[in-house]
Amino acid sequence: MDSILSVAGVSKTYASGHHALQPIDLSINRGEIFALLGPNGAGKTTLISIICGIVTPTTGSVTVLGHDALTDFRSARRAIGLVPQELSVDMFETVIATVRFSRRLFGRGANEAYLEQVLRDLSLWDKRNAKIMELSGGMKRRVLIAKALSHEPDILFLDEPTAGVDVALRRDMWKLVHRLREKGTTIILTTHYIEEAEEMADRVGVINKGQLILVEGKAELMKKLGKRQMLISLQEPLATLPTELAEWDVALENDGKTLRYIFDAQAEHTGIPSLLRKLAELGIGFKDLETSKSSLEDIFVDLVEKKDAA
Amino acid sequence: MSGTHKAPAINVNGIWAIYRFEMARGLRTLWQSLVTPVITTSLYFVVFGGAIGSRISTVGGVGYGSFIVPGLIMLSLLTQSIANASIGIYFPKFTGTMFELLSAPVSAMEMVVGYVGAAATKSIVIGLIILATAALFVPLQIVHPFAMLAFLVLTSVTFSLFGFIIGIWAKGFEQLNFIPALLITPLTFLGGAFYSIDMLPQPWRTVSLFNPVVYLVSGFRWAFFDKGDVSVGLSLGVTALFLVLCLGVVGWIFRSGWRLKN
Repeated sequence: MDSILSVAGVSKTYASGHHALQPIDLSINRGEIFALLGPNGAGKTTLISIICGIVTPTTGSVTVLGHDALTDFRSARRAIGLVPQELSVDMFETVIATVRFSRRLFGRGANEAYLEQVLRDLSLWDKRNAKIMELSGGMKRRVLIAKALSHEPDILFLDEPTAGVDVALRRDMWKLVHRLREKGTTIILTTHYIEEAEEMADRVGVINKGQLILVEGKAELMKKLGKRQMLISLQEPLATLPTELAEWDVALENDGKTLRYIFDAQAEHTGIPSLLRKLAELGIGFKDLETSKSSLEDIFVDLVEKKDAA
Repeated sequence: MSGTHKAPAINVNGIWAIYRFEMARGLRTLWQSLVTPVITTSLYFVVFGGAIGSRISTVGGVGYGSFIVPGLIMLSLLTQSIANASIGIYFPKFTGTMFELLSAPVSAMEMVVGYVGAAATKSIVIGLIILATAALFVPLQIVHPFAMLAFLVLTSVTFSLFGFIIGIWAKGFEQLNFIPALLITPLTFLGGAFYSIDMLPQPWRTVSLFNPVVYLVSGFRWAFFDKGDVSVGLSLGVTALFLVLCLGVVGWIFRSGWRLKN
């Protein structure tokens, strides 16, 4: 695969002594959608900010299309568009004015036809003469995307594109990302929703506490992340786990009042119907069932432990 | 897609974008930008020119009303340059749009040219408007018109740079007003805007020579009336020195990323 962006040994330690990023190596392929998945404070925004030139790395280098992002920042930055997490826009400007501003700022001459296309794609064309302060939050986010696309970047960064966005807009955002990819734009997004990474990305990098734990194709990762658990509240507490249940991955909890069953949601047979039949056979009554995904935090702990053990 | 091409050495479009953005910001508040200095100048003429001037009549052979014109223009140039440039660069920090400037292929110098250029342009326009307003009240002569323009431009650029530094330094709106109110206004009033420092008793005359604004006003007044409190060369030297000092600080800010980058 053709690499469009590479990060080599990039780390960040703030003046306060806080290690925001451990040395990170990462290569992004041309035309892919890459998701950086991690909880809040994991270092996702710091990594993006370093690549885009907003934060200076403590060590390491970033290369964009063969241009060093520090020494040849003009060529590197021209290739990048960034949509930040916060709705940071000039409230008093009109939509078209702010998009034209961004295009010029990134060194491009006027191209009204292109800007019209960008605004139409984002359903902003009708609002082009509206002041940004008059727009809804979702519209403001689209304006930020239009600004980031205004100079025809090869790589688009979306920092938490769906944070605080309603369901309909989230769907729109996903569609937009896929449309952009069809046009050949490489997309790197950050998210703390597993579903979002699953829905959008080709490859996923999992980041936690400043460490890039693993980078994998979506399908392989989802297998790893696909564990779910079912909590069965028993009518009568059990003193010991019946040996008949040994073929399922179950454990007694909560003084024998709860049975916890871990299963693979991606598997063809989850084992749930047979487990419930077995419980009925054994005369073990239950009053409630609850299935849940392991939390992202659990998954990270799990992944880190696996990595440490390996 | 053209990301693979090498970018040009100077981002002229980028400078132009910042300059136009800043000028447009001024146009949105056109009334405040232009009417305020006109009204303020008129008030100064009523108070200083009319009330006090009737008792002073002439300073060094120049009518008092005419005498205060260069000082009045200087007063507005300094405050307007600082206010315009400091708000211009402070605002993106405040709203968070600074991310775009920092991630754009724009060098530090290009940013300075855009912001300081626009702030200085606005100051120069205001200076000329005050000059025109003054001409309605008092007879004016400009002995060295080119020197007058040169001082106008030099002062506007220098103090716009100074304002740019304040805007980067400021962590809140109070701090934006702090230096202009506490430093610039007193220095201007004590800098001979409304009197010749020859009129001061010692030791205040000597103390005044440590006030850099004295040199600005004096040089500017020389351009009008061919006489100032200090020699024009000295005026020019002190102004240029302050310009170089501000350039040095701006250079350091961008190299270190101080208050801009982590």
